[in-house]
Amino acid sequence: MKIELRDIKKYFGPVRANDGITLTVEPGTIHGLLGENGAGKTTLMKVLTGFISADGGEIRVDGKPVHFTSPAESIRYGIGMLHQDPLDFPPLKVLDNLLLAFDNRLIPNRRGARRVLKELSQRFHFSLDPDARVNTLTVGERQQLEILRLLALGAEVIILDEPTTGISAPQKVLLFATLRRLAKEEGKSVIFVSHKLEEVEELCDRVTVLRRGKVTGHLEVPFRADQLVQLMFGQSLPKSERPPVTLGEPVLELQDVTVQTYRLTVPHVSLTVRAGEVIGLAGLEGSGQRLMLQACVGLQKPSSGRVLLGGQDFTRRSYRDFLAAGVAYLPAGRIEEGLIRGLTLTEHYVLAQRDHQPFFIDWAAATNGIQKKINEFNIRGRPDTPVEALSGGNQQRALLSLLPPALKLLALEHPTRGLDIESAMWVWEQLLARRRSGTAILFISADLDELLERSDRIVVFSGGVMAPPHRRGPHLGRGTGVFDRGREAGSVMCDA
Amino acid sequence: MNAVLLIRTLASVVRGATPLVFAGIGETITEKAGVINLSLDGTILLSAMTAFAVAYTTDSVILGFLAAMAVGALMALIVAFGSITLRQDQVAIGFVLTLLGAELSSFLGNPFVRLKGPSVPHLPIPYLADVPVIGPIFFNHNLVVYLGYALIILSWLYIFKTQPGLKLQGIGERPEAAFARGSNVNLMRYVYTAVGGALVGFAGASYSLSIKLGWSHRHTAGNGWIALAIVIFGGWHPLRVAFGAYLFGGLKSLGSIFQRVAPGIPSQFFNGAPFALMIVALLLVSSGWLDRLLIRLPTRVRRVIHDSLLGAPPGGLGRVFVKE
Repeated sequence: MKIELRDIKKYFGPVRANDGITLTVEPGTIHGLLGENGAGKTTLMKVLTGFISADGGEIRVDGKPVHFTSPAESIRYGIGMLHQDPLDFPPLKVLDNLLLAFDNRLIPNRRGARRVLKELSQRFHFSLDPDARVNTLTVGERQQLEILRLLALGAEVIILDEPTTGISAPQKVLLFATLRRLAKEEGKSVIFVSHKLEEVEELCDRVTVLRRGKVTGHLEVPFRADQLVQLMFGQSLPKSERPPVTLGEPVLELQDVTVQTYRLTVPHVSLTVRAGEVIGLAGLEGSGQRLMLQACVGLQKPSSGRVLLGGQDFTRRSYRDFLAAGVAYLPAGRIEEGLIRGLTLTEHYVLAQRDHQPFFIDWAAATNGIQKKINEFNIRGRPDTPVEALSGGNQQRALLSLLPPALKLLALEHPTRGLDIESAMWVWEQLLARRRSGTAILFISADLDELLERSDRIVVFSGGVMAPPHRRGPHLGRGTGVFDRGREAGSVMCDA
Repeated sequence: MNAVLLIRTLASVVRGATPLVFAGIGETITEKAGVINLSLDGTILLSAMTAFAVAYTTDSVILGFLAAMAVGALMALIVAFGSITLRQDQVAIGFVLTLLGAELSSFLGNPFVRLKGPSVPHLPIPYLADVPVIGPIFFNHNLVVYLGYALIILSWLYIFKTQPGLKLQGIGERPEAAFARGSNVNLMRYVYTAVGGALVGFAGASYSLSIKLGWSHRHTAGNGWIALAIVIFGGWHPLRVAFGAYLFGGLKSLGSIFQRVAPGIPSQFFNGAPFALMIVALLLVSSGWLDRLLIRLPTRVRRVIHDSLLGAPPGGLGRVFVKE
């Protein structure tokens, strides 16, 4: 099915999310839609699938103009979308999720749906348990279910919005194989929305690059990476350097620490983190790295072993004591755990002042203070902007700006998840600057490249067990022995 | 206690819990669709008064029930209009309606206080009522009680075994996803809120025309809150909600029995005890120890027990759905 978008316009107040976008998707191709966060990719796809109505422009399906007022209508034309956060019903069973796609029967055809699920699963090598509840599935499996649902509904065009965020490496391989098969063997059109260059390079036949609501270019395979970057950002990005750092005294020592929850036990971890060191915690999500990170900052109490902070015993001390000792923790859920929804940047600034907390708030001083941070950290927002109105990248900037100036240990979960390259590089510049002043950094990431590029050492977790740390030199090049170590780490991640 | 007394007590539990079954399942249906109708206590009062007034005036029990259901649906539609169309806070609207319903029932019901009016006739089911033990407990009542049984089964079948029921779960769990699959979320929410409200109205009528005959000021006060609590206790599952209603009824009559046995203890203790016991029961099923216990069982068994014991509120409960 051929999709033509002509001069699509969508404005949100003064923001021109889509400012006259024209593109054509040919049948049987994988079409990449590339752009940094906020470039208008998702808005465009929501316009195409009837989630939001455009302020101008025309959509043609196989040459005929169409007008969708709801996603249900677009799927009747065979256009279906997989949202970044799968749009399914988590507490319901897999089978019921599939059944909900069909309508107009009093008694649902459970047997038929079970058969459809089985056939489609076999065709694409998915293994989905029809009776499992969706909230027990991984994001990757929920995606698979959504793909099957769209196929069961007869979708000819499948749109995927940032599908690789939050799925494991083997799931990504399977996803890409599935998409290739859909396009090449079954003649469907796939629109692959992403801000990740490598993925678009790897998968797509054609790519349209968006920047600030406008098309900056259409390219055909083979792509040149520097050209894509130029189109995305309007400039070439410099390669990041990792300046060598002399490691200082041990900041954190874990001595034979065991952390136990009823789901998972992480046994006998010993690890010494020195000032200025960056350690990456790798592994499939839920393999124990988060528990261990939280044990390092006092959010999990170890059931045995000792946690030393600057040589002092901090085992079973409270999170507050850890904070007072110069530890900070940035969780993965920026808006859920890191920031307070509904409060403005100024209010966050006031709350973040740990030492100086007068009874009456000096709002003028606070507004000045946060304005300085906004300028310094290049946050796109004003002092009175509520944090939930910030984009993901700016939320991360705000969190970083609110950290106390001198830190012994900074623990981060997925520091750059969901951020575009520019923001991600900026975040790491900030972190490396802190490292130069002697802060030790512990971070969890699902991004292998990030782990390899940024860490001095990588610790791999698998099913709660920590493999011995992989040491590496300050420089990293692909094809070197160091990278092989990294690949070993990668294989451990995949095997789990 | 001898067997006859026990059977009589259990029969009165079954009978007395019937309005809670209607109100609890009505509210379950509403909340499954994602709307909280907090006005239950006021709605039950107003519909109980209306039922009695209409039945007294027209001498028709059926008209009384119908009028009460209309009142219940109307109150629910006010909640729906306020929250869905005007996008106001559901809790605030519900509270105000609770107070309004209570005051209005006292004001409008003034002429009907302590009158003797019509009631639902006793109707033992032939043959079934003669079965030993079970017969007198379950089948020696009136039509309202039997309709309660039917509602329990039908609502369970509807919600979990039919396509529209599945969609009902969908719009309550995740309205955006239901919309993407073609459901008219807000229209459906209106419909289910009204249906749930009508059942709550039926509960009110079953007090004044069957369980607690007649009308007096604050005739049924408190039962609406109990019904709301039972919905949570029942984990938004009609069978468990019904069980909760009967359990609460049972605990209450247990209280009155103990009161006779131990007259030294103040009656407030026995009146309050069922609530405390409900909270304990809720803690038992919702705390982590059950999970720890279940983890030792095989997956299939675990799933069944988990599903039957633990309930979570619908994901979209109380959240307004707005199309982008």
